[in-house]
Amino acid sequence: MSQIFHRYTNIYSRLTLLGLVLLVGLLGTVVAMLHWSGYNTGQGTFVEQPFQFSHAHHVGGMGIDCRYCHTSVEESAFANIPPTKTCMNCHSQIWTNAPILEPVRASFREDKPLQWTRVHDLPDFVYFNHSIHVKKGVGCATCHGPVDRMPLMYQQATLMMSWCLDCHRNPAKYIRPRDQVFNMSWGPPADDPELGTRLVREYKIASVEQLTSCSTCHR
Amino acid sequence: MSSLTAPPIRSRLAGAGGRLYWRSLGELADTPEFRSYVEREFPDQASEWNDPKGRRDFLKLMGASLALAGVGACTKQPPEAIVPYVRQPEDLVPGRPLFFASAVPQSGVAQPVLVESHMGRPTKIEGNPEHPASLGATDSLTQAAVLGLYDPDRAQTSTYRGEVRSSATFLSAIRSALAAQRGTGGAGLRFLTGPITSPSLAELMATILQEYPQARWHRYDPVSRPAGVGDVPHTIYHFDKADVIVSLDADFLTCGPAAVRYARDFADRRRINEEQKSMNRLYVVESTPSLTGAKADHRLPMLASQIQGFAQRLASAVGGSATGTPSGAPGSDVDKWIAAVVKDLRAHQGRSVVVAGDYQPATLHQLARTMNQALGNVGATVTYATIEAAAPDQGTSLADLATAMDAGRVELLVIMGVNPVFTAPADLRFRDKMTKVGLAIYHGLYVDETANLCHWNVAETHPLETWGDARAYDGTVTLTQPLIAPLYESRSAHELLATFTAQPGRRTLDIVKDYWTRAFQGSSDWKIKGANADPAAFDRFWKHAVHDGFIRGTALADVGPATPFKPAPKPAAAPVQTPQGVAAAGAAVGATGATQGALFTPSVPAQTPPPAPPGGVGVVPQPSTNAPANPSAALPEQRVPPPSGAGGAGAPPPQNQPPAVPRSPAPALAGGLEIIFRPDPTIWDGRFANLGWLQELPKPLSKITWDTSAWVHPLVADEHGLRDGDVIELRYRGNVAHMPVFRMAGHPRQSVTVFFGYGRTMAGRVGNATAGAQAFNAYLLRTSDAPWFGTGLEIAKTGGRYLLATTQEHHLMEGRHPVRVATLEHYLREPAIIQEMGEKPPKTLTLYPEHVYDGYKWGMAIDLTSCTGCGTCTVACVAENNIPVVGKDQVSRGREMHWIRVDHYFEGDLDDPRSLDNPSAVHQPVPCMQCENAPCEVVCPVAATTHSAEGLNDMVYNRCVGTRYCSNNCPYKVRRFNFLLYSDWTTPSLEPLRNPDVSVRSRGVMEKCTYCVQRINQARIDAKRDDRRIRDGEVVPACAAACPADAIVFGDLNDPNSQVVKLKAQERNYGVLEDLNTRPRTTYLAALRNPNPELANAG
Repeated sequence: MSQIFHRYTNIYSRLTLLGLVLLVGLLGTVVAMLHWSGYNTGQGTFVEQPFQFSHAHHVGGMGIDCRYCHTSVEESAFANIPPTKTCMNCHSQIWTNAPILEPVRASFREDKPLQWTRVHDLPDFVYFNHSIHVKKGVGCATCHGPVDRMPLMYQQATLMMSWCLDCHRNPAKYIRPRDQVFNMSWGPPADDPELGTRLVREYKIASVEQLTSCSTCHR
Repeated sequence: MSSLTAPPIRSRLAGAGGRLYWRSLGELADTPEFRSYVEREFPDQASEWNDPKGRRDFLKLMGASLALAGVGACTKQPPEAIVPYVRQPEDLVPGRPLFFASAVPQSGVAQPVLVESHMGRPTKIEGNPEHPASLGATDSLTQAAVLGLYDPDRAQTSTYRGEVRSSATFLSAIRSALAAQRGTGGAGLRFLTGPITSPSLAELMATILQEYPQARWHRYDPVSRPAGVGDVPHTIYHFDKADVIVSLDADFLTCGPAAVRYARDFADRRRINEEQKSMNRLYVVESTPSLTGAKADHRLPMLASQIQGFAQRLASAVGGSATGTPSGAPGSDVDKWIAAVVKDLRAHQGRSVVVAGDYQPATLHQLARTMNQALGNVGATVTYATIEAAAPDQGTSLADLATAMDAGRVELLVIMGVNPVFTAPADLRFRDKMTKVGLAIYHGLYVDETANLCHWNVAETHPLETWGDARAYDGTVTLTQPLIAPLYESRSAHELLATFTAQPGRRTLDIVKDYWTRAFQGSSDWKIKGANADPAAFDRFWKHAVHDGFIRGTALADVGPATPFKPAPKPAAAPVQTPQGVAAAGAAVGATGATQGALFTPSVPAQTPPPAPPGGVGVVPQPSTNAPANPSAALPEQRVPPPSGAGGAGAPPPQNQPPAVPRSPAPALAGGLEIIFRPDPTIWDGRFANLGWLQELPKPLSKITWDTSAWVHPLVADEHGLRDGDVIELRYRGNVAHMPVFRMAGHPRQSVTVFFGYGRTMAGRVGNATAGAQAFNAYLLRTSDAPWFGTGLEIAKTGGRYLLATTQEHHLMEGRHPVRVATLEHYLREPAIIQEMGEKPPKTLTLYPEHVYDGYKWGMAIDLTSCTGCGTCTVACVAENNIPVVGKDQVSRGREMHWIRVDHYFEGDLDDPRSLDNPSAVHQPVPCMQCENAPCEVVCPVAATTHSAEGLNDMVYNRCVGTRYCSNNCPYKVRRFNFLLYSDWTTPSLEPLRNPDVSVRSRGVMEKCTYCVQRINQARIDAKRDDRRIRDGEVVPACAAACPADAIVFGDLNDPNSQVVKLKAQERNYGVLEDLNTRPRTTYLAALRNPNPELANAG
C-alpha cells in the first residue's frame, strides 16, 4: 500500500487522527454523562413548589405516617397528594396564623386547589403502581430515599429503566418485611442475609420473566 | 367497462370447486387492479422503490430523519403539575375509576349503561349488566356517546340570531312570547320533539299543554318506527323462548334500541356446547341485505314492496284469518319456502315468532300479529305494549306542523333535538316554511341545519351531563345521572320545558326527583314495589334506583304502565286524577284526550303500501314496465328550496355535484325501479355524523367508511355498466339526488337502496359533506306518503366517479379458509368435519424453544355462530384504547387503525346458480391472535415486540422505530402503523376523553390489540393484593364486554375450569392459518347453521 501522507506530515496527521478519536470519545462521554446526570433525570434536584412543605419536619420531626396524607398508596396506582383539607385538619388548630401557611389557608378559603409540581415524574408510557409495590414489601424509602430527612422534597433515584430493572431482576436484594414498609430507617439485618430470598418466596413475588415482561410496565 | 362482467364471476365460481368464500366482488372477479392492490402490504408506499427519482428522495429523507431522530430524542421531560382536591370526595380513590349507572337515550329509548369515570371524567361506556335491556352489552352508537360529550363542535351557549345571549335574556324573551300566547290559549305555540319515553318529561309537556290548550305537540323521528303503527303498539319479542323465527324485512339483531338484548337472546339459543345440542332456526325474507339476513339459516331476497304480499300468503297458509287474499303467481321456489316455513312454525306453536320489519307498513305488522296469534305466540314470545308517551303519528304530525307553518299559524315554534330541515321528507319543503315562523327556538347538541334557521339556539345538555329518566325498550324506567358538570352553558330538555311552565327556574334533578317522589308515594299510575308516603322510604328507593340505574318492576312484561301523559298536579291543589288503566296504549291518552282534541286521534298508518308491481307479488316483476317513454325529456326541477341567505347553510344545490358530472340530465339507465330507504348503520339518521368513531366504523356488509352509497345488485349494475364508485343520478317522484354506486350481492334486482344521514352541511368539522358529496342525501328523495320504499325510481349514470373508502379488500387472506362453516346436523353427526377443513402441524415442529407459563396464560375464543357482525367490538376497542380516527383519505390507503376488525365473507354454493342473488354471509372479528410462535416477534430489530410471561405479544411503543417488519411478517394483518400523527394532541376538549391507562401513540410507531393488557394488569394487581388468583371472568377486554351476542370469551388457559378453556375444547374450535404453525391464542368456533332439511337447496 502506498504512503498517503508525506513523511514530514506523518506525526501531525497521526496526532490529528488520534485527537479526533479522542474527541469523539470525549463527546460521547459528555453526552452519556449528561444523559445520566441529574440535569436530565431530575435526580437530586429541587423543584419550585407553591410553598415550602418540609417532609423532614412532618415525618422526621412529628412522626406522621406516610399514609396519613398519601391515602391511596395501598389501593391505587397513585399514592395521592393530600387535599387541602388534610393540611387544615391540624392547621386550623396549630400555626393558624403562620405566614408560611397562607397559601394553604387561601386554598381552603377560596376553594382553589394548590398546584404542586411533580417531583417523581415517570414518562407517560410507564405505568407504575404504588399499591402492588407496597404490598410486596418495597419500602417507601427504597425508592424515595430518606424522606424523613428531606426539608425539601427531591428525587433520590435516577428513575431510569435500568434502575427499575435492578430490582425487577433481583427483588430479593431490595424488599423488606411488610410491616417495615413505612419505616424510614429500616435497613437489611446484617445477621440474616437470607431474608430477601425468604420474603420473595413468602410474598409470592412473580418470576423475573413476569417482572421483566414489557407489558408489566408499558402498555 | 366494468371489471365485473358476469362470465369471469361465473368461471371463477365454477372453477374453485366446493364452497367458496369471498370478501368482495373485486376478489371474486380477481381483476388485475385488485391483484396489484392486494400484493402490496401498504399500497401507497411500495412504489417509491421502483421510481429512481423517488428512491433518491426517499434515501435523502431517510438520512435526514435518522439524523434528526437522534436530536429530536434529546428533549427534557416538561414539568408536570399535580392538582389535589381541596376537599376530596368520599369514596374516590385517585387513580382508580368509578362506575356509575346511567342511560343514553337513542331516539328517546334508554340504552342502559355503566359509565367509567376517571377522577370525574367519563371515559368509557359499558353496558349495565343488571339491566334487562343490556345485560352488560351495548351497541356501537351508545359506545360513541362519550365522544359526543367531548365533541368540540357542540353548541356551547344560547344565541339569538347568531349572537351570544345570556340566560336571563332568553328567559325574558320566552316570557314575553308566552304572554302573547296566553290570550289565544297557545294557538300559535308548537313543540316539535323526537320520541319521548321519559315520564317526567311527558308530564312537563302535558302540563304545558294543559296551560295552553290550543298549543300542539308534534313528534318526529326520521327513522324510528312511529309508536303504534296502525293499532299495533310497540312490540317486544322474547327470542330466548323462540325456536323458529321468521323475519319479514326486520333487522332485529342490529338495528334499533332493542337489538342489544335481542342479539343476546338470539345467540343464547344458538350456543352449541356440552349441554345444548339444538339451536333456533331463523328464516329471513328481506329486501335490503342486512346483518340479520346474514345470520339467517334461510334467506329469501325480495323487493320491499313484495314482502307484504308474501306475508299475506304466509298468513293464510299459517291459518290465521288474513284479510288479504293470496295473490301472485305460484312461484315454485317461494311456494316450497312457504310450505316449509309454515310446517316449521306449526310444529313450534308458542315457541316461534314472526317479526315484522320496522320499515314495513302497518298492514304487515297486522299480518305478523295475526300469525303470532294463530300460532299462540302472543304472550309467550311476543308481547305488545307502549313505552312512548302518547303522541300523534309521526308522518301526519310533521305534515300538520308544516301546513300550519305554511299558513303562518305558528308564532312560537320550539324544536327540541330533531333536525327537520335536514331530515324532513322533501315534499314538506320544511326549509322554506321555517321562514314563516314568528319565533323559532332550537334546542339541540349542535348548531345544525335547523338551528341555523331558528332565531334562538339553546345548547342542549348531553345525557352524560344531566339527570333524567327514560324507558328502555322493554319499558323498564331507566335513570340518567350526570357524570360531569355541564361542559358548556346548556340546558336539559327538562329545564327548557320548565321555562314554559309556572316554575321556569326548576333544575332537572328537582323535576325528575319530584316526579318519582309522587310516583313512589302512590299518586300516579306507577305501582312501585314498597311504595308508601314515608320520605325515608323514598330516600332508600331513590338511592337504590340511582345506584342500579333503573327502577325495578317497571318493565312492561311486569305489566308496568304505559308512560303516563298527564299534567303535574298543581302544587297543593286539586285531588290527583285516578289512575287510568295500565299497559293499554290508549289509556294514558284518555286522561288528556279532552284537551288535546284532534292531536290524539287514533293514528292512521304512516304509509300506504305502494301499488304492487305488475305481475303481482311474490314473483320478480317485469323490468321497466312503468318507465317513462322519454326519460330524458322534461325532467322536473329538483325539489329543493334554494339556500337561505344567512349563514350559508344552503341545501345541497344541484351544482354541487362532483366536477365530472355533466349538467344536462343523463338518459336514464333504468326506470320503474324500486327505491328503499334505510337509516345509515353507523351515523343513523345523520345525527351522529360528527362522531369520527362512527364515521370510520366500516358499515356492515359494504365495509364502506365515511360515505354513503346506493346499493344495487351486481349483475344489474353490470348490465348498466356501473362500477363501485360511479355516481348515479336518482330521480324519484320529481326529486333528484346523487349517490355513488356500490354493488351488493344479495340485493334484490330491480331495486336500489339508499341510506339516510349523509350530505350534511352543518354537522361539524367531521360530519360536513365535501362539496361534491352534498348531493348524496337520501332525504332529498323521501316523500311523506311512502317513507320507506316506493316504485318509480329512475337511475342515470352521470359519468362522475367518487372514491369510496371501503375496507372490504384490506387485509385479505387469499382464500385460505379463515372461516369454517358447517350445518348443525352435519357437525353433530361428524364433529371432526371442522378440523378436517385445515391442517394443524405438530407442536414439535418449531426451531424456537417452547414457552413455559407458570402463572396465567391468556386466550380468547370467538364464536362465529354468535357473531352478528355489528361492529360494536370495534368501537368499544377504539374507546378503550385511545385509537385515533384517521379520516377517509387514510382509510382509502389502507391505514385505518382499528385493532379489531370484523371481516365479512360472502359464501356461495357452487351448485347454486343464484350465488350472487342470495349468498350466505359469515362475519369474523379479527383481533391480534397473540401467537405462541409469533412471526412478528422474531423480525423486530429493536425488540419492540416481545413475548410476555403470560403469552401476550407485547408491543412497546417507546422502543418502536417504525420499521414495519412485524406487520410485514404478520399473516393475520392485525398490526397498525401510525403513518402520521393521527392522535389529536391539540383539541383541548378531547383530552379528557382519553383512557389514562393506555398510552396515546405518536407518529411512527406500530400498534395492535393487547388483549386490553391494562385491564389484565389491574386485575392481576388486585388479585395479588388479596393473595388470590384472578377469577374467571374478572378480566373482560373491551370488545368482549361490549359484544351484544356474547361471542367473544376471554380467560386463562391455565385454568381448566375457565369458560374459554371449555369453549376451546369443543371440536369446532380452530385457529386461523394454523398450518403456518403460528399457534394463535385467539381461536374461533366454527359458524354453525341450522337449515331446514326440507329446504336443502332453496334460499
